[in-house]
Amino acid sequence: MVFNDERGIEMSYTFALVGNPNSGKTTMFNEITGNTQYVGNWPGVTVEKKEGKARRFKDDISIIDLPGIYSLSPYTMEEIIARDYIVDEKPDVIINIVDASNIERNLYLTTQLIELGIPVVVALNMIDVVNLRHDKIDIEKLEEGFGVSVLVASASKGLGVTEVVEKALELAKSATVKKSELSHRIFDNEVEDSLKKVKELVNMLANKSGYSARWLALKLLEEDIKLKEKLDVSEVMMSDIKKLGQELENKYDNDIETIIADNRYRFISGVIAKAVSRKSKGNTLTMSDKIDKVVTNRILAIPIFLLVMLSIFQVSFGSIGSYTIDWLDVFINKTISGFLTSLLEAGGAADWLKALIIDGILAGMGSMLVFVPQIMIVFFFLSLLEDSGYMARAAFVMDRVLRKLGLSGKSFIPMLMGFGCSVPAVMAARTLENEKDRRLTIILTPFMSCGARLPVYALFAAAFFAKNQGVVIFSIYILGILIAVLSGIFLKRFILKGEVAPFVMELPPYRIPTLKGLSIHMLDRGKGFVKKAGTVIFAASVIIWFLQTFSFTFQMVENPADSIMGGVGRLISFVFAPLGFNDWRASVALLTGVVAKEVVVSTLGILSGVGEISEGSAELAIALQTYFTPLKAYAFMAFTLLYMPCVAAFGAIKREMNSWKWTLFTVGYQTGTAWLVAFLIYQVGKVMGLG
Amino acid sequence: MKTLKELKPGEIAVIKSVTGEGIVKRRLMDMGVTRGTEVLVRKVAPLGDPIEVNIRGYELTFRKSEAENIIIE
Repeated sequence: MVFNDERGIEMSYTFALVGNPNSGKTTMFNEITGNTQYVGNWPGVTVEKKEGKARRFKDDISIIDLPGIYSLSPYTMEEIIARDYIVDEKPDVIINIVDASNIERNLYLTTQLIELGIPVVVALNMIDVVNLRHDKIDIEKLEEGFGVSVLVASASKGLGVTEVVEKALELAKSATVKKSELSHRIFDNEVEDSLKKVKELVNMLANKSGYSARWLALKLLEEDIKLKEKLDVSEVMMSDIKKLGQELENKYDNDIETIIADNRYRFISGVIAKAVSRKSKGNTLTMSDKIDKVVTNRILAIPIFLLVMLSIFQVSFGSIGSYTIDWLDVFINKTISGFLTSLLEAGGAADWLKALIIDGILAGMGSMLVFVPQIMIVFFFLSLLEDSGYMARAAFVMDRVLRKLGLSGKSFIPMLMGFGCSVPAVMAARTLENEKDRRLTIILTPFMSCGARLPVYALFAAAFFAKNQGVVIFSIYILGILIAVLSGIFLKRFILKGEVAPFVMELPPYRIPTLKGLSIHMLDRGKGFVKKAGTVIFAASVIIWFLQTFSFTFQMVENPADSIMGGVGRLISFVFAPLGFNDWRASVALLTGVVAKEVVVSTLGILSGVGEISEGSAELAIALQTYFTPLKAYAFMAFTLLYMPCVAAFGAIKREMNSWKWTLFTVGYQTGTAWLVAFLIYQVGKVMGLG
Repeated sequence: MKTLKELKPGEIAVIKSVTGEGIVKRRLMDMGVTRGTEVLVRKVAPLGDPIEVNIRGYELTFRKSEAENIIIE
């Protein structure tokens, strides 16, 4: 794209940031783009997409932050997204962030990037760490070895960042893409010979698809399934390529992927031997090793993990978290609402308009906004864990426990947060690397009983299990965990099946997180929630308010029993008959509970003629005893625990799943499970004579 | 055939080959677990699995089931 302004012709460019996880890529992105960034998702998947504009440049430079990856293999969602973006969207330049303190493995990705036919600039990040170790890296030798420009940087200190972008700009402007033949040095002659032959076979295909012939040849030689499907490569061509691959495999007595990977690492070792001189011995104890001696210690690791988790939980959902929620609730539903009411009354607004603005729109916005501070607090801690390097240790320590559910160690955190509030908990699933793990964790997290469900249990336990209240409520929490375990096994077996994601994870060195990084992350999450989940929550809240406030003839009603929702509740109450609570009041209460689960209590209060209450009362307990038995009450509690979470959580699920299909599956699965479990409780209980 | 699983914390070995196929093998190779590389077993997680190793100057963790695929000299 070209556009003019008074200073002459300016161009717009797109640079892609590519690098390993923990290479400081996000810090680099923040340094380059400042507050211009926009966080979204790649279409249809749960992988995050970040975009921004480079500051301090005359030209219009868009920066795309591609997912952190170790390789361009076709096995993970992140890798496929990154490489599809590069080969299809063709950014002007790839800025490859390489962690200088872990240079060998980081350069592995570089060997793959230079094959793509797009100019590459290597930003040798965290150079300060290398200097601190008194290691030396010869930049010229590195440039010579890889045939690309290498610039040193320290993104966390803001050093060298502008130079990297300038270099990229220079490359983009020189327009003549230097056909780098240097990548040919990477492989053995045998591999090169085969590659040449494959290249001849795929030349036409390369022209048609616009991909670099060399890259295409290499990928097809590796039998890359994704690319084969994408380009619809003919079976004839594939079998010719396979033959060449097999010749190589016989020569090396190994499979083709191994040969290629071996070749790459051998090439890197060769360059490193010339370019890097290490003063530090690999086996001396670093600061990280010393911290790990305590943090992943055989005896201390689990207590430390639990202590960390409990402190985060306490701050997020106990003291500060609940304080902010209460404060916002009062501010929106008392202060603003009071102000608007008097304004509307002074203006002589009709009752329905007043109700629409105050109870519909304002309350709907309120039901979304109250979550924002809590989400920000949770994500402050999550990024603290992530950026410091502790998150990987938590996964290392807890892996064994969660593996049985088909989940990785990192799922523990969203699950635990679930006991506080499903909304930030569902969002916390973002920290998982694997898409399947993320989806599964999102489905299971709401089974952890959130704080809003407790008032429902408290009410029923007091009314029907006066002597064993504690035990009964505790058993409901355990039921939630049990159902999550069983669901995990079931879903992994039948729905989210496929090859198990390998647990091969880097334990990055401990680092001190920057306040800037933490606050950017925290604000992103809050903003993202309001923008993406907010619309869903707001719309759902207003619709539910309407259904609760108006009758079928669109008259405003005082008692929800007369509303549309009341009518629907009566209509569907037969669905709950096999579960024991076929009384229409129970089904209406469950419907309204979708607004927020604690609303079940106040609805039951109104419908039982006790009035609007938020906590259990003796009067309501007596009223409930007329249409519930202890067994029915227990089934009702189980249903409340398991059925679809509130609209706010629904919005968060939609946002994180990034797919209506998965969102509807999630709430359908949860509600179906709730029905089945309550059914079993009631029917088995009846047979046992507990009715 | 000795595998990495048999090593104790503190022991060092040189990788001979990586067996298995598909994503697990590719991931190990991508992370630098390739022939001729020296690997030091750092520790075992508190619950007995996974393990932590030092390879190519960084810390890597994988499960014992994956360590079984790594043949050492």
